[in-house]
Amino acid sequence: MPQIVVQDLCKTFRVAERDPGAWGAIKGLFHRRYRHTSALDHISFSIEPGELVGYIGPNGAGKSTTVKVLAGILVPDSGVCQVMGRTPWKQRIPHVSQIGVVFGQRTQLWWDLPVIESFELLRAIYRVPAPVYRHNVEEMVALLGLGELLDTPVRQLSLGQRMRCDLAAALLHRPALLYLDEPTIGLDAVSKLAVRQFVKRLNKERGVTVMLTTHDMDDVEALCRRILLINRGKILLDGTVADLRAQVSRLRRLVVVLREEKDWIETDEARVIGRQGPQVTLEFDPERISAPDLIHHLTSAYGVRDLYVENLPIEEIVAEVYQGAGM
Amino acid sequence: MFDGLSLYGRYVAASIRSQMQYRASFIMLTLGHLVATGTEFLALWALFERFGHIAGWTLPEVALFYGLASVSFAISEGVARGFDMFAPMVKRGDFDRILLRPRSTILQIGASEVQLMRIGRFGQGLIVLLWSASALNVTWTLARILLLLWTLCCGAALFSGLFVLQATSAFWTTESLEVWNTLTYGGVETAKFPLSLYEDWFRKFFTYIIPLAAVTYFPALAILDKTDPLGTSRLFQSAIPLGGMVFLGVALLLWQVGVRHYHSTGS
Repeated sequence: MPQIVVQDLCKTFRVAERDPGAWGAIKGLFHRRYRHTSALDHISFSIEPGELVGYIGPNGAGKSTTVKVLAGILVPDSGVCQVMGRTPWKQRIPHVSQIGVVFGQRTQLWWDLPVIESFELLRAIYRVPAPVYRHNVEEMVALLGLGELLDTPVRQLSLGQRMRCDLAAALLHRPALLYLDEPTIGLDAVSKLAVRQFVKRLNKERGVTVMLTTHDMDDVEALCRRILLINRGKILLDGTVADLRAQVSRLRRLVVVLREEKDWIETDEARVIGRQGPQVTLEFDPERISAPDLIHHLTSAYGVRDLYVENLPIEEIVAEVYQGAGM
Repeated sequence: MFDGLSLYGRYVAASIRSQMQYRASFIMLTLGHLVATGTEFLALWALFERFGHIAGWTLPEVALFYGLASVSFAISEGVARGFDMFAPMVKRGDFDRILLRPRSTILQIGASEVQLMRIGRFGQGLIVLLWSASALNVTWTLARILLLLWTLCCGAALFSGLFVLQATSAFWTTESLEVWNTLTYGGVETAKFPLSLYEDWFRKFFTYIIPLAAVTYFPALAILDKTDPLGTSRLFQSAIPLGGMVFLGVALLLWQVGVRHYHSTGS
């Protein structure tokens, strides 16, 4: 049975419109005009326990509105939403005690307190039994390397350290479901990798269902077997990363490093799209020429030092999907 | 219930520890509070020193009103200050975090900003109240003491109710409105003096709309065993502090309406 079921979810926001300038502000006090924006437009999907789903889309696409509905913060205008058999906004307290939420931009720890004291407070808030709590803290400290951070006030932590502590904090009550909102935003490369590895392990070993919203396509490639692509309140694609690639174009890329610089390199089936010293990037259609054939052709015609096949970067694919859908 | 109280205690302890991170600032603020409120009472004392009494009220009598208003306001600042600081919280989007935790919003917000430096106001109010109690020509029977404590509780409830209403309005305005400060901070100043000194419409407002008089003026008359120039009975004077509790109850109901509004707009 799916853990999350969303059916025909709709949400429209009413935004007050105001003429610019001071006069507009005064007029707005007496007479308001409203613009209706559809944040969710008949959204439907379902997620099975143990899935790791990337929820992606441009700013204002409806990502955070969806997450807010799933978390029980926002009530939709219409549609069905069931998380672990409950309607989030109708049973807020039982619902939120079984989910974990991490916002990359905001901490849920107490700013001026050492990390461990925030954990203690969360233990009391979620009513975690003492032995379970001790075990969980030990596990998190080991997995996320929090050892020396526990006694540091949160305001003195670096962003990467804080994010690791926030992840631990969201998991102390052992939620079956975790929403991560931009968990790697602003992090350095090492911290990003640490966060990704941790999320992957959490999903694999503990079977925690993870729903990840992000702008970082490397997060998606590294973590998600499944993608939900949303824009303007509609789901544009529900499938794997490969499905996403297939939807846009079959074109692949081959990067060739020549032994010596050549002014000219061309084949009938492939097109040069980039050139940097001896390194040439070719684009080809695998239906017209297979990668081995193209490689064979090149190696026999030119002196080749190195070559590799490259996938179209996922950012470009997503951008194309948006454009294709007229955005 | 017990569980909620224990969590409340933890929040308070955490809040105090946070403030202790800035020890010097804490000490300065507390002293500042004590001095500021202390000077205020000195000015009152100087006034009575010059005129003896005002409209039939003596200094120890006025000190009773003053002490009741100050102490109950200080208690409410202690327990409901989070509601006073709520507008910026909504604006920052931090109310989402409150909703994500499996506890009542009222408990989480009330406990979120417990300010220890308010002990300055509390201490000063208590000193004035105790001085008044000893200077007044009143025998402190058990019934009087209980009425005094009951009045303080109801007063704290009333001021907390005002803070809750102020916070509730932020669900619609997101800005904190100055008008609420006139009711909370202005209210406590008003309640420091006998109601009979004020204009009729003003008296009605603070009796029936915001029942400040219910938690200061009327019960104080019963404690002082003084006839009300406005002609109310003893029974009325002892029962009316309940109005503060009712006020808080109504405020909390409106709060729930505000939370529902937030659920449907997300802002």
